[in-house]
Amino acid sequence: MTEFLTTVFNLIQGILGVAPTTLALALPWMDIFWAFVYFVGAVILLIINVIMLIWIERRAAGFFQERVGPNRVGPFGLLQTVNDTIKLLGKEWIMPASADRMVFLIAPLLVVTVAVTMYGLLPYGPGITPVTLNVGILFFLAVSSTNTIAVLMAGWGSNNKYSLLGGMRTVAQIISYEIPMALSIIGIVMLSGSLDLGEIARSQSHVWYVFIQPVAFVIFTISALAELTKSPFDMTEAEQEFVAGYHTEYSGIRFTLFFMGEYANLFSMAALGVVLFFGGASGPWLPPWMWFIGKTYVFILFLLWIRWTFLRIRVDKMMKFNWKFLIPVALANLLVTGVGIKLWQHFVERSI
Amino acid sequence: MISIAFYLLTALLFSAALMVILSKNPMSSVLWMVVAFFAITGHYVLLNAQFLVVVNMVVYAGAIMVLFIYTVMLLNLSKDNDNRASLLVRLAGIVSGGLLLTVLIAALRRSTDAAVGDLAQVGATSLVGLVKPLGLALFRDFLVPFELSSALFLAALVGAVALGKKEASD
Repeated sequence: MTEFLTTVFNLIQGILGVAPTTLALALPWMDIFWAFVYFVGAVILLIINVIMLIWIERRAAGFFQERVGPNRVGPFGLLQTVNDTIKLLGKEWIMPASADRMVFLIAPLLVVTVAVTMYGLLPYGPGITPVTLNVGILFFLAVSSTNTIAVLMAGWGSNNKYSLLGGMRTVAQIISYEIPMALSIIGIVMLSGSLDLGEIARSQSHVWYVFIQPVAFVIFTISALAELTKSPFDMTEAEQEFVAGYHTEYSGIRFTLFFMGEYANLFSMAALGVVLFFGGASGPWLPPWMWFIGKTYVFILFLLWIRWTFLRIRVDKMMKFNWKFLIPVALANLLVTGVGIKLWQHFVERSI
Repeated sequence: MISIAFYLLTALLFSAALMVILSKNPMSSVLWMVVAFFAITGHYVLLNAQFLVVVNMVVYAGAIMVLFIYTVMLLNLSKDNDNRASLLVRLAGIVSGGLLLTVLIAALRRSTDAAVGDLAQVGATSLVGLVKPLGLALFRDFLVPFELSSALFLAALVGAVALGKKEASD
């Protein structure tokens, strides 16, 4: 498969390799073409992932709760999501008369844009990292924090009390849990000495960081669940409190976009976890990208296991847990990591 | 190519900045400001200042704008309220804005069109904006100012917590 991919890549490159002699502006156009290829690839990956993930989530939920889950449409219910999507696409989409038109319409598009951008930064394997950035991990976090603006736009644009409250609560949750997540990642960055996602993955050739930074891994997992607004932190979907949160007023294709964004982010967050803690695309026998996708799906199953096991916690307790427990622990972990690295350099590396 | 991108971004930046002032609705002002910040981020991309790109996105387009939006939401602005400033405040605004404009023009007077033309070369070759040179500059050449500014932030943080606590105990 990898050979096939490289052949296709070389073929496209070969066809375009002729272009510089004929086109004056060849280089920038080629850049634009490659950006387009990566974009289309990211969108295809996103759609396949979302369809798979919704099915996996529903089947896994059934398994964890000792029921069956969707099993009627297609083998093992695989086509259930396809059916649901077609149903959603066919539905009428309604906009509240008093909604802020532009803000209401742009918000779901922004969610998907953010998700696609994050897919372009992940190192799927050697040679298939769409965008290699010097500051990859930081850019990843920056892009994911843009999601909050989309959530606020949706909540405010709907002109609905439940949407507004849901949106504000979600944003408060996301920006609060961004802090322990970033702090847990800084430890990894200190160990690997790079902000480039591919470089971080490669620096784990000897030992995965999950064994060196177990505390950071726990903090990362908890804050990833909160960032994804998954149970036990799914304040967004606390339907007893505010119907469906910021996307209460959305229907049809626009609701589908929010839903897609949610599951797309589940994949990219789990992929980030794999890059940071489980050595990225490394592994024996199988091609690297298979290892990457496989590890990511195992991590996703782990997240779903947590999600369907724990109950939703109260919103004030969630905030207290973050600010009074998670952040101090993350800071302490950072301090221990820094001192540990210095001691290691001083005693172990010098003596070798 | 890069100069086309530069002019497009600048046009976007100016129109977004104008919309910030001209929109009637404070919420859409804030959202246009997000667009303006992203346009500035685009300019950093052209200069290959990768770290600044990310920091600008996280801090300005992310955190600060969210705070802005929260504040605007909590202000409870309704259309009935006449929330125009008094004459004195408006005059002060005109004077300070005019002074800022004078300073900016004075600073930009010497720069020429060549600077924009060179942007392509600068952007493609400059390595100053990458993390490593920036980190070395911050922690080696400018260590004391850097630490002082972080102490300033810490003081502000502690002050905010102290103020919040005092209010709660009353």
